[in-house]
Amino acid sequence: MAPERADASLAHYCIRQTGRHLLLLVRSPGEIVNPLLFFLLVIILFPLGLGPDPEMLSALAPGIVWVVALLANVMLCMRLFADDFADGSLEQLAMANIPLAVAVLPQLLASWLASGFLLSLVSPLFGLMLGLPLSVAPILMASLLMGTLIMLLLGAVGAALTVGIQRGGMLLSLLILPLYVPVLIVGTRSLTEAVGGGDPAVALALLGAGVTGGLVLSPVAIAAGLRVSLEL
Amino acid sequence: MWRIVHQFGSPPWVYRFCDRVIPWLLPLTVVALLVGSAWGLLFAPTDYKQGDSYRIIYIHVPASVVALAGYYVMASAGLVSLVWRVKLADTAMRAAAPIGAAYTAIALVTGAIWGKPTWGAWWVWDARITSMLILFFLYVGVMALFEAYENKTIAARACAILSLVGTVNIPIIYKSVDWWYSLHQPASIKFTGSSAIDTSMLYPLLGMIVTFYVLFALLMMLNIKQSLTQEYAHSAWLHKRLND
Repeated sequence: MAPERADASLAHYCIRQTGRHLLLLVRSPGEIVNPLLFFLLVIILFPLGLGPDPEMLSALAPGIVWVVALLANVMLCMRLFADDFADGSLEQLAMANIPLAVAVLPQLLASWLASGFLLSLVSPLFGLMLGLPLSVAPILMASLLMGTLIMLLLGAVGAALTVGIQRGGMLLSLLILPLYVPVLIVGTRSLTEAVGGGDPAVALALLGAGVTGGLVLSPVAIAAGLRVSLEL
Repeated sequence: MWRIVHQFGSPPWVYRFCDRVIPWLLPLTVVALLVGSAWGLLFAPTDYKQGDSYRIIYIHVPASVVALAGYYVMASAGLVSLVWRVKLADTAMRAAAPIGAAYTAIALVTGAIWGKPTWGAWWVWDARITSMLILFFLYVGVMALFEAYENKTIAARACAILSLVGTVNIPIIYKSVDWWYSLHQPASIKFTGSSAIDTSMLYPLLGMIVTFYVLFALLMMLNIKQSLTQEYAHSAWLHKRLND
């Protein structure tokens, strides 16, 4: 490939790959719908287990929503690179004329659009079910938008490291759940502040910082992890 | 100077180095542990508020300090292994993980034992305790990831990446947990309240911290030596060394 065409082809590649991954997701709607159903079902379990007292539920709601979003994210990460690893397209990517750290971005973007992004869009509904006031909905959506992206970026590192391991699912959760702690804390903090009449801006700003830092650092770690798994 | 650095990349040299140092370091560590424990547990003055229960800090604080430092030892070895592909760095990284996990466990258990008479509860969701627990899981994660791979060279690279990701995250985790704690309850019992610790208590504590560091180094060497024996079981240099 001629060097002057490299930039154009990189952008071209990213757009086409994002399209490909989205198309794959649309063609198997279960991949998109199942995490949302999981989210809904687990949220239903909490009132059933804790009792229907609205006051208690709304006090617990920020924690519940975030823990469930976190679990849905772990489940997503378990499948993240599995198909591309199995059919060899990941290997092709790693050997292509594009930095692997950039080459994985379309996949991450598509996965996030189909999971975290959708989840944030419908999250006010779940918030209402748990008794969160509607006025908090924008904060809930904003914090989940950023939080799910950070969790996906972190989880993808774990997914990259474990994709070659048989039955690596439990191992993956062991690796990435400790890393999710800050996201969980800051995310719930933004909600509790908003519910309690405080200022959620600090927490949201921290989440934004997490997105920025994650976008810069984690693709490098993901690429390194994939190279390990592909034994390149 | 570079020769010394290069020597640490050579398994026979490191094996010999461990062989030479361990006979000195082992008795030294045992004596230091005995003296330090006796000093802290028997001779240091009793705390006027907590009585004798405070004496557990002579185990608890050194274990916590070295547990955290151990993670950085592991991650540094991981970095060396990733960047320069030094095989011995893999061995060192692998050796550090279980020792660090054990130190973290000691810190958690002694903390719980101390917490019961002092705070009236085995477990309190204090920021530091929680960070320590997460650190424990980070160690266990590295160990589990290493076990999961068949090919141990690949496993070491995977663990190196994971420990480096953890290194970036540890300060963030620590800060965020601190922040979370401040939300949940005011600091009724300050962990760091005893900033004005008396020298009669401080010196045995410092002594124990140094001893725990030395113990960490000793355990690392024993662990590395054991790994090398396993790894190079069929090498001529090891046979020659063992037959001498």
